[in-house]
Amino acid sequence: METISKNPRTDAPALRAVLPNTARPLQVIRESDAISKLSLLIFGLGNLINRQIGRGLLLLAIEIGYIAYMVTFGIGAMGDFFTLGTVLQEEVWDEALGIFVYTKGDNSMLCMLYGVITIVLTAIVIAVAYMSLKSAYCTQKRKERGMHIPTLRDDLHSLLEENIHGLLMAFPSFGILAFTIIPLIFMILIAFTSYDRDHQPPGNLFEWVGLANFAQLFSSGSRLAATFWPVLGWTLIWAVCATFSNFILGMLLALLINRKGTRIKGFWRFVFVLSIAVPQFVTLLSMSTIFNANGPVNVMLRAIGLLGATESIPFFTDATYAKITIIGINMWIGIPYTMLSTTGILQNIPVELYEAARIDGAKPPTIFRKITLPYMMFVMTPTLITAFTGNINNFNVIYLLTGGGPDSLDYYFAGKTDLLITWLYRLTITQKDYNLGSVIGIMTFLVLAVTSLLTYHRTGAYKDEGAFQ
Amino acid sequence: MKQRRLVSNTLCHVLLAVLGFIWVLPIFYVVLTAFRAEEGSYKSYIFPKGYTFDNFVNLFNTSNSMIDFKRWFLNTLIIAIFSTLIAAFFTVCVAYCMSRLRFRLRKPFMNLAMILGMFPGFMSMIAVYYILKGLGFLETGALKQVALVLVYSGGAGLGFYIAKGFLDTIPKAIDEAAYIDGATKWQTLIHITLPLSKPIITYTLLTAFMAPWVDYIFAKVIMGSDTQYYTIAIGLWTMLQREHIETYYTQFYAGCVMISIPIAILFILTQKYYVEGVSGAVKG
Repeated sequence: METISKNPRTDAPALRAVLPNTARPLQVIRESDAISKLSLLIFGLGNLINRQIGRGLLLLAIEIGYIAYMVTFGIGAMGDFFTLGTVLQEEVWDEALGIFVYTKGDNSMLCMLYGVITIVLTAIVIAVAYMSLKSAYCTQKRKERGMHIPTLRDDLHSLLEENIHGLLMAFPSFGILAFTIIPLIFMILIAFTSYDRDHQPPGNLFEWVGLANFAQLFSSGSRLAATFWPVLGWTLIWAVCATFSNFILGMLLALLINRKGTRIKGFWRFVFVLSIAVPQFVTLLSMSTIFNANGPVNVMLRAIGLLGATESIPFFTDATYAKITIIGINMWIGIPYTMLSTTGILQNIPVELYEAARIDGAKPPTIFRKITLPYMMFVMTPTLITAFTGNINNFNVIYLLTGGGPDSLDYYFAGKTDLLITWLYRLTITQKDYNLGSVIGIMTFLVLAVTSLLTYHRTGAYKDEGAFQ
Repeated sequence: MKQRRLVSNTLCHVLLAVLGFIWVLPIFYVVLTAFRAEEGSYKSYIFPKGYTFDNFVNLFNTSNSMIDFKRWFLNTLIIAIFSTLIAAFFTVCVAYCMSRLRFRLRKPFMNLAMILGMFPGFMSMIAVYYILKGLGFLETGALKQVALVLVYSGGAGLGFYIAKGFLDTIPKAIDEAAYIDGATKWQTLIHITLPLSKPIITYTLLTAFMAPWVDYIFAKVIMGSDTQYYTIAIGLWTMLQREHIETYYTQFYAGCVMISIPIAILFILTQKYYVEGVSGAVKG
């Protein structure tokens, strides 16, 4: 049974009967008539024929624009994308000027970039082609059933109603595409090329090398492998320690401040919140001077006689000390954050739940286990995963405190406290080994994907978003 | 029983006092050094021999080619304001769609966002650098600043999780009541959801505003050695480098205090919103 509403603006349910959300592309194609099918090739045809001029022209304009782009630029760019450039920049003697001039060679990097952009544009146009087919199909069905065919005005109005997500998501999605997705595809592809310090465009070309970089990383005995595994190990230890020390101790601190017997709660909260208010890099840079060999901590230890006059604890220059110091400083930064956010959540748990539990005779430990903890986990799991991800990629703490040092000669341009991300920074910015950097980036991603995707899919917050709604 | 409670209460307060001391001490040291009269970097004592305001005065008066605090401050402020507006707009738009609307691409988008979030943000940075360079954004310092704004705000739509978590706690019944009264989704968003979301909007604005002040890596990659267009974070970092530390050590701390005060005030004023924003506050 389908209801056909008279009002074109509210006939969304009827439309859903025409084109269910679960409709598969093949099904749509099978049921389309010739004109609708032709709309796959000539965008907007079905709409134009049925006098939906605005929508039809828009789709057609996209197609014409794309063809113009491909003919003038895109096809050439795709060719260069596969070769990554063939003409090397050369020095040539210019008779007329009497000097050596550089002939313009191909820039492998730009070849790759334009190739990626062309591929993404093509993917978008394919999506638009499907939209064109769907749009023509809907119009065809509406016509068959004698329903109102939406005008441009109706289309625009639907952007405030059932298609509001299209309006709201357009700009953010464009930003994500341009500043995250395209760059990321580009960098992932670099992992399969020879773009290292010996192959720097524009002077040199680099080329596709397949999985050679990954092979280098996993071949036992290479210096790269001897660096990768220890760095990965420390990255994981760091992320686990940093995330859980902050979460557990921060929650305990919140409970300590919130317990009934504690006086001047506001004051205690203020003392800890003060450290959040200080920008993180200020904290980190000052901490790096405070724990310096001649910094105030060592001075203080000398003054009270724990160290001799010239001795100092190597807070940042000994690998083990450095690791402990970093985790300690990170706790100083992170615990107040957890304290603050858990305080809010603790206060936010519906009082009725507690009252009901108390009436049923539940003891405080049971209440904590059955009400407080599940609620906390429901709210905090995404935060915890974000924190874990953030810690694996925590560039600032490591770079501003130790810079990855103390350096090790056994490592391939890495130090003992380098995380994957700071190593990536060194490989790319300092060493210009972009291909290796990219491989490390992909490995970082795999580590994160494996750990967090699994946990996230198990949490209540993902499975049942509305549990507390 | 009463005695036991007294003991445990005392213990708790002592513990809090010790912890509080640890947390306040570094801040105290920063302030102390900012007012230190003696020049040079590390000293063999904690408490300065003399106190002065000169560090602050000098901070705003030096403007040689390498160190120009006033300029850095303005650079950061301008970049922060623009990127905050764009980033907060993006974040709230996406969070609203993800929380209140149900459409076909919603789950795929959320999964995509999570996957993208797992790549080191720095990884795409190098490509962004070349894209911006290709577009001619890195030719003058002013354009570099525009580039930095785009870098800070461009991908902001992916950071919707906290805002979505908040919006999820606003009861659906409120929206449904509005629909029954004949409101469009747009009207519901403008007149119902947004006013109820003030805490999370404030939180989003605040975090977006803080980003340029605390970011080191993106600013450094984009700005390179163009010191006069530096933001505060890389500027202060420059002051601690080997060639500058002897001259600028105390001024560095003065700079830290100068930066921390406005951000601290901003933060404490909006702390309530922060707490509400993170935990969700609207009760049905």
